[in-house]
Amino acid sequence: MSIAELQEELIDEFALFDDWMEKYEHLIELGKSLPLIDPAFKTEEHIIKGCQSRVWLHATLDKEKVIFTADSDAIITKGIIAVLIRVFSGHSPEEIAEADTDFIDTIGLKEHLSPTRANGLVSMIKQMKLYALAFQAQQKN
Amino acid sequence: MALDVAQIRDDFPILKRTVNGKPLVYLDNAATSQKPQQVIDCIVDYYSRYNANIHRGVHTLSQEATEAYESARKKVQAHFNIGHSHEVILTSGTTHGINLVASGFTSIMKQGDEILVSAMEHHSNIVPWQMLCERTGAQMKVIPMLEDGTLDMEAYQALLSQSTKLVFVNHISNALGTINPIAQMIDRAHEYGAAVLVDGAQACSHIKPDLRELDVDFYVTSAHKLCGPTGIGMLYGKEEWLKRLPPYQGGGEMIAEVTFEKTTYADLPHKFEAGTPNIAGGIAFGAALDYLNGIGFEAIAEYEAGLLEYATEELLKIPGLRIYGSSSERTSVISFNLEDIHPYDVGTILDKLGIAVRTGHHCAQPVMDFYRIPGTVRASFAFYNTREEVDKLVEGVKKAQMMLS
Ligand SMILES: Cc1ncc(COP(=O)(O)O)c(C=O)c1O
Repeated sequence: MSIAELQEELIDEFALFDDWMEKYEHLIELGKSLPLIDPAFKTEEHIIKGCQSRVWLHATLDKEKVIFTADSDAIITKGIIAVLIRVFSGHSPEEIAEADTDFIDTIGLKEHLSPTRANGLVSMIKQMKLYALAFQAQQKN
Repeated sequence: MALDVAQIRDDFPILKRTVNGKPLVYLDNAATSQKPQQVIDCIVDYYSRYNANIHRGVHTLSQEATEAYESARKKVQAHFNIGHSHEVILTSGTTHGINLVASGFTSIMKQGDEILVSAMEHHSNIVPWQMLCERTGAQMKVIPMLEDGTLDMEAYQALLSQSTKLVFVNHISNALGTINPIAQMIDRAHEYGAAVLVDGAQACSHIKPDLRELDVDFYVTSAHKLCGPTGIGMLYGKEEWLKRLPPYQGGGEMIAEVTFEKTTYADLPHKFEAGTPNIAGGIAFGAALDYLNGIGFEAIAEYEAGLLEYATEELLKIPGLRIYGSSSERTSVISFNLEDIHPYDVGTILDKLGIAVRTGHHCAQPVMDFYRIPGTVRASFAFYNTREEVDKLVEGVKKAQMMLS
């Protein structure tokens, strides 16, 4: 599936829940199933500086596709990361670099996208895109 | 004198709004307080009726504005029982006041001098002193804290010496709500000839400090924590200290005479008030003090103590909930965590329920390091909060616990 299709899938999935509690419960479940980052990468170097919860992100290039793994010490943050990984991981650097993230708003988690929220999500998306750009540059060389 | 909360709540228009479809429960008062209509009206009135620059105009508006601003300074003076009105420097807030003093001490401190800072300081009462130490070669020593969230007074006594030039401590810790024994700390510091700066940012919404009786050398606070606007605050300094310290910023208002060769500085307090100040803010600061004094600090303290006790009791019934800081001398701040749950997650769920709390390290990272936690959830109560709101908090925390574990 393309990034856009995966986003549609998530939008449909979250549309099943009509109140915020169910949405959050689903998000928390997704967080629990997050493909965990190799502990070896849970280092300062892989931390995304957010104000409150800590987020670790690691990326590798496997057969021209970017594979992301991540973790966080806050479970809601982990849920959001799981959503992002499901959408971005396994795609080419070009696709990731160009993808938009409006679907977060559509599925009703807009508050987490606010740059004032200091939870590192915005920096997390930025970091994922930076990885993609770096891999793109590598491929060109 | 019991306090009529229903009537008080009517003074605060923001308390009528909803958040995420729920009535707002505002429990982040330690970060900033809400503003009563009286203070809001005062700002509107200034801009609608007599907005003008102060201290320099011959025209009527300027004189009215100057009188209102200077009368606010007198209200601050009276409120804190300060000897002279020129010992009241109107700043942009606590952080500004601390930086002003820290900068002034650059020419006074020498290599080998020591400054003592408490382990429970807000970052704004740590960083300016670190910068001062870098500039002067003075050394910063930390007054340690104990498990119950109080300062280790024996260690404090042992740290004091003839080399101690300055002591910095907050009157009340923003992370824990502990009221520090500042009267005792000031007396002991003075025995060694050290000056004391007290950060009153958290204190002044709960208690009315008598600065003359405390004999403190410097005291700083922010109006926004006590029902006033942001961008205005107070630095009190003893006259002899304020005369000794050099000006902080150069500019208009702070001069007596300027030629390109030499400038002579204005007298106190103007020496430290360069540029056009926050005039509306200053006047509204006075209105905020009038408002609080109208309710009365004794009534406020008594009411808030009741809320604190009730909230502590109810929260502690939740299994796995730990409260940090258990000093018997505390204000209405509860810093807590749920076992194995990140404070950020709890705050997010509470926000969904319309409950505003602070989560994180509260700009007091050393306190979090002391307890080896990433942060806490902090509920801080004001005199306009109610028992029903405490109940909503407790229900919210239970709901968060259920969802997150
Ligand atoms: C103890 C303490 N000191 C200093 C400050 C900083 O105050 P301001 O940001 O108003 O300058 C705060 C504000 O949170 C505080 O709680």
